[in-house]
Amino acid sequence: MIEYVGVLMFLAAGALLAAAATTVSGLVAPHNPTREKLMPYECGENPVGSPWGVQFNIRFYVFVLVFLIFDVEAVMLVPWAVVLKELGTPALIAGFIFIGMLVLGLADVWRKGDLEWVREEERAALKTAPKNAKAA
Amino acid sequence: METLGPQIIFWAFAALMLGSAFIVVHGKNLVRSAFSLLATFFSAAVFYVMLGADFLAGVQLLVYVGGILTLLVFGVMLTNRIYNLNLETQTFQVLPGALVSLAVFVILTTVVVRTPWSQSALIEDGPTTPIIGRALMTEYVLPFEIASVLLLVALLGAAMLVRRRTDL
Repeated sequence: MIEYVGVLMFLAAGALLAAAATTVSGLVAPHNPTREKLMPYECGENPVGSPWGVQFNIRFYVFVLVFLIFDVEAVMLVPWAVVLKELGTPALIAGFIFIGMLVLGLADVWRKGDLEWVREEERAALKTAPKNAKAA
Repeated sequence: METLGPQIIFWAFAALMLGSAFIVVHGKNLVRSAFSLLATFFSAAVFYVMLGADFLAGVQLLVYVGGILTLLVFGVMLTNRIYNLNLETQTFQVLPGALVSLAVFVILTTVVVRTPWSQSALIEDGPTTPIIGRALMTEYVLPFEIASVLLLVALLGAAMLVRRRTDL
């Protein structure tokens, strides 16, 4: 457990640094806010809505779900990787069966187009849209 | 746990865990509640480390802090208008709630106090990951592979659920 004291000190130093930086800048910096200055920074655009109300694209959710699965996979593979050298070929085969299963899942998700940012039918719709407009 | 240092760390993180858990439950802002959950999960990881379960601590950080919490924060941020309304945490059913939580508390305390916690002398203090890896690759290789099938099913199911109805 003693080796984790270093981790703890690192965390404490990080927290202290962040706290000190904000405190010092709060004390030292001149303070005369205007309405424009208090607006959330949006790269020059006028922000819409509250800063809490950042609307993310719903498609990110698919990626998070897929990420979560592979996150768990990575966790399962860590003990395997640690003892791989010691146990040799059988462990290698077992591990690759494990990875193969998940690759199968990834291949399915990929093939069905869940990882596409612009989906196939939308792409088709974008291509045909001008023609439809002319026809209409 | 003889020396003072671990004691201080334990109580500090216990306070952090309970405080952040309180904010999770009683916070008026969903985003703030979600981020408070980070402190709760992290404190649990610290406790795992203090118990010598370093692999479990890593899992806690990777899966809960890195995965579940990301999912949760995304869920909050993706949900339209949910964070703009001020969450009123209403208190109702005070008496049944108090009774149930008291019962849970009594049961847990009884279990903790009455169980003869024996400390095995066989398990040495040290990294647990190689031990787990050896067990997974020899005795428990079938459960290990079945876990991959479970993950596959979860992946396919999740993708299926988020797909639009017409694609089914």
